[in-house]
Order: sequence, then structure tokens, then C-alpha cells
Amino acid sequence: MSVTVVPGTGAARRLLRNIGFVVGATIVGVTLIVAILAPWITPYDPFAVDLVHRLVPPSFMEDGTPANFLGTDQLGRDYLSRLIYGARISMIIGIATVITSGIIGTTLGILGGFYGGRMDDVVMFLITARLSIPVVLVALAVAGLLGSSFILVILVLGLLLWDRFAVVARSTTMQIRTLDYVSAAWCAGSSQASVLLREILPNIATHLAVVATLEMALAILLEAALSFLGLGVPAPLPSWGLMIAEAKEYMFFTPWVILVPGIALFVLVLGVNLLGDALRDLLGTDLNR
Amino acid sequence: MLKFLLRRLIVAILVALTVLTLSFALTRLSGDLAISIAGPNATQQDVEIIRQAYGLNRPLTTQYFDWLVRAVQGDFGESYFFRDRVANLIGSRLPITMTLGLVGLLIALVVALPLGIIAAVRENSWVDRTVMMVALIGQAMPSFWLGLILMVWLGLNLDLLPISGTGGPEYYVMPGIVLSFSAIPSLMRLTRSGMIEALSSDYIRTARAKGLSRLSILVKHAFRNAAIPVVAIAAVQLGFMLGGSIVIESVFAMHGVGYLAWESIGKNDFPVVQAVVLVLALIYIALTLLADLLNAVLDPRLRTA
Repeated sequence: MSVTVVPGTGAARRLLRNIGFVVGATIVGVTLIVAILAPWITPYDPFAVDLVHRLVPPSFMEDGTPANFLGTDQLGRDYLSRLIYGARISMIIGIATVITSGIIGTTLGILGGFYGGRMDDVVMFLITARLSIPVVLVALAVAGLLGSSFILVILVLGLLLWDRFAVVARSTTMQIRTLDYVSAAWCAGSSQASVLLREILPNIATHLAVVATLEMALAILLEAALSFLGLGVPAPLPSWGLMIAEAKEYMFFTPWVILVPGIALFVLVLGVNLLGDALRDLLGTDLNR
Repeated sequence: MLKFLLRRLIVAILVALTVLTLSFALTRLSGDLAISIAGPNATQQDVEIIRQAYGLNRPLTTQYFDWLVRAVQGDFGESYFFRDRVANLIGSRLPITMTLGLVGLLIALVVALPLGIIAAVRENSWVDRTVMMVALIGQAMPSFWLGLILMVWLGLNLDLLPISGTGGPEYYVMPGIVLSFSAIPSLMRLTRSGMIEALSSDYIRTARAKGLSRLSILVKHAFRNAAIPVVAIAAVQLGFMLGGSIVIESVFAMHGVGYLAWESIGKNDFPVVQAVVLVLALIYIALTLLADLLNAVLDPRLRTA
């Protein structure tokens, strides 16, 4: 893999002309606002069971009622309200995982890329070892052993998804460590920590931002998969993956029950990826492994 | 090149040992394994019996080295639930997972290679943009959800394929399609960028100047060079796909190692879980080694390096 460091020129203007960026930013922005405002914009309590009105179809379908725009689930809970709270779970998982894995991966990558030699051998070894571990399987096994919880999902994903951060931080650090401004900082008497944090880190930050979008998309998908398999976010929390799992029994009779949360999940991940792709195009980097 | 491969081999062995250690540590995460095995309703006495029976009263280091020595010999102990050797269980389930992985990879290559080539030939046209959009959609698709949609659509509505279960070739089609989605985006992007690079190179200009046909240039000259990294990544992708098979096997109730692991997690059958983690990791390590070897063999420039 290769990453070239190119400073952005007229970045903001070029971004706004990129359709992918506009669409992606809109999707992620709207989801974020909806997630934050969840308690104020949900029409119903997402946990309120109403056994009389179970599996009511969305209002735009036959037999739908205007009372429940996206219908109700198998326990009569309002689907739209659950979907909105589900956005919260996805966004928190995505952001928290990226922060955790970003700190681990960036630290390792910068150390390996900057010092080289033995340090780099160790970092490369850790990356290789991490890549050989099957993420979903290990995450499921840990959840099975310790009991699944919201925090555990964040911790496990954060501890497992740092590899791409490390790879990119390492290769970009290698490229800039011998550049003039880094040498100048040395000559000016900066400490090692200061060079790493104030010269190296800010200059690889844009590349790390691209990785962050890719990892966020992955974390959201993985959380949904874990919750779908019953070892992620525990019920009755309305994780989109869990909503699909709970609706699975009814999908052959009323397919919309899995379409609603599935489309939400797909659109959010697509939005995050569009954002990342636009950033990558703008930076002219190639992060494909 | 030999030196490079030898170095890779040593790293691979070290990684394998690390994974061995980690898969041991994984099952000791809960603190007291005996309590986990015994279940929530067990008495103090039950826990003590289990601790004796499984040798969990020995010092941790003794347990670790015992597990290490046995695991290296392919002995993963006995399943708590199935009353069978773990090695036998995995041996009987692995062919299903491997077949599924290969079917997925085959579908991915059949889709990704032509699309990647077309996108490269028509770079920056609407064809190219459409192909890249397909890659993005594939990347964003939740595999378990796609599986369910196909079950309803192809299985129930069109009645083309069996909805789920383990059986003949027709049972591999839907899971294979779902699995291929995870590999298509990266294979397609790599084919495209490799072809773009190859098509702008000097030897292609020479081939054009010689008056060779367009198809011959594309397939014989450009693709042969673009294919080198694609072949290597395909091997690595297969490793990732096998790791991801746990989700798809659970969705389609295919009784491969992924399904076995999922079942065993639910039953606190730790020797099985531990062994599946290890086997899938070892297969991945072997495949990345194979990828490096393929790279070296296929690319004459690397042979002398």
C-alpha cells in the first residue's frame, strides 16, 4: 500500500462540488441530529409495548395507520421511535469505536513510522497478528464469556479495529519524518514528544480522518451483525441489528419488518463511506490495501 | 527473494504462536472458567467437580503449556457438549466453510474482474462512475441483512433456491452471493487501479504501435500485469471471508465451522470456540503467506529482489 502526502488546495470549495460528499455529509449530518434529538422528536416511547397493535404496517402501505408512520414491531412498539433511538446506538458505537481504535492505532503507527528499526518491527508484528484474528468470532466469544453489553461492544470493537489506523499512521509518518519542518523543529530544540504531537500528528491528521470514516462504517456494520447474532447490544435496546433479528421470524409474511431497519443501516453506512471516499479523492490518497 | 520469504515465514510462525496464546487467554477472560462451564444454576460442589475434571485446578502456566503442546500436535481436547474430539468436529465442518469461501471468492472474481477492467478502459466515464458506485454499495451492505432479503426474494417469492440449511450445491448459491459482497469492492478497485496503471505504461504503447488488436492488448498485456496484486489480495480476501463466515453460516443455518463456533459460544463450549478461532487464524496466516509467495512467483521484478 502506498500513501502520498499531498496538501489540500481550495479544499472546502472542491468538497462542496463533489456530489458524493454532499450526499454523504447530509446522510451523516441528519442521522447525527436525529440521534442527538431522539428524546424530543420520537412520537412514542420506543420501549412501550402495545400488544393490541402488533405488526401494524407503515402508514404508506395497505392497512397502515397514520398513527405509526413506519408501523409497529412484533410487540406493538412504534417502529419509527425505535429506529430513531437505534440511530443513537449506531452513532455512539461508531464514534466511540473510532476514538478508541484511533488512539491505539495512531500511537502504534507513529511510533513505528518515526523510530523505525526494532520499534517498527514490533509495530508491524502487532499489525500482522491483529489482522490474523477473526474479528466477529472473537467479539462474539468475548461477549459470550463476559455477557453482552453496550460498553463491551464498544470496547471489543475499539480494541480490534485499530489496524488500518496503525498502517496509515505508520506509512505517512515515514514519509514526513525527514521533511524540513520536522528537522527544523528538532534544531529549534523541541522535545521528542513535542515533535511527535505538534509536527507529525497534525500533518497526518487528514489521512487519519479518511481511515476514521472507513472504520466508523465498519464498526456500525459489525455492531449490527453482533447484535443480530444476539451477542451485541442486548434487548430491549433498539439496535438496528437487533431489530432485524427480532423481525426475522415475521419476514416471510411481512417483509417490510426487516426492510425498515435494514435500509436505515445501509443508508447510514453508505453515507459514512461516501464521506470517506470524497475525502480520499480530495487528498489524492490511495488507502486500499 | 528466498531471504524475504524466509523472513515472512518466521514472522508467520511467531504470529501463529501469538494467536495460540491469545486464544488460550480468550477463554480465561471470564476469571473462573469452571463457574462459566457449570452454568448459573450450579452448586459450589458442581463447580469443584468440573474444576477437577477439566484440570482447571492446576496452575495457569501448566494449563497454558499443556494446551500449547497439545494444540501444536492438532489436539484441541474434547468438546464439553458434543462428546467428541474437537479436532474431529472441526475436521467434519471445515469442508463446508472452505467450499462456501471458495464459492464466494469465485463469484466475487467473476463480478469484480470484468467490471474493474471496463471501469479502467472507460476511466472517468459514466460507466466508471457506475462501477465505483457498485463498489460503494457492496461496501455498505450489511451481509446478514442481504442474506435475509435473498431468502425472502429468491427462496420464497421466486422459489429458485433452498431458503436455508446444509446440503447440495444449490445450498451454497445464496450464501456464496452474500459472502462475495464483502470481497467485490476491494477486488474491483484494485483491478481498476491496476489496469489504469498498466494501460498508461510504455509496453502497452509499444503493443499498440505493433498494431495488436484491442482485446489482445487488454487481456494479454495489460491484465496480466494488473492481475498480480489482484491474485495476492484474492488469497487474503479468502481469509477474511472465512473469518466472516460465522455470520453467514448462522443466517443460512449452514453447519460449517462458523456455525459450530456460534453454537458453541451459546453453550459455553470453550474448547471448540478456542479451536475455531485458532484454525481460522492459522488459515488466514497461511493464505497471506501464499499471497506473498504468489506475488513473488508472478512478478518477475520481485524474483531477483
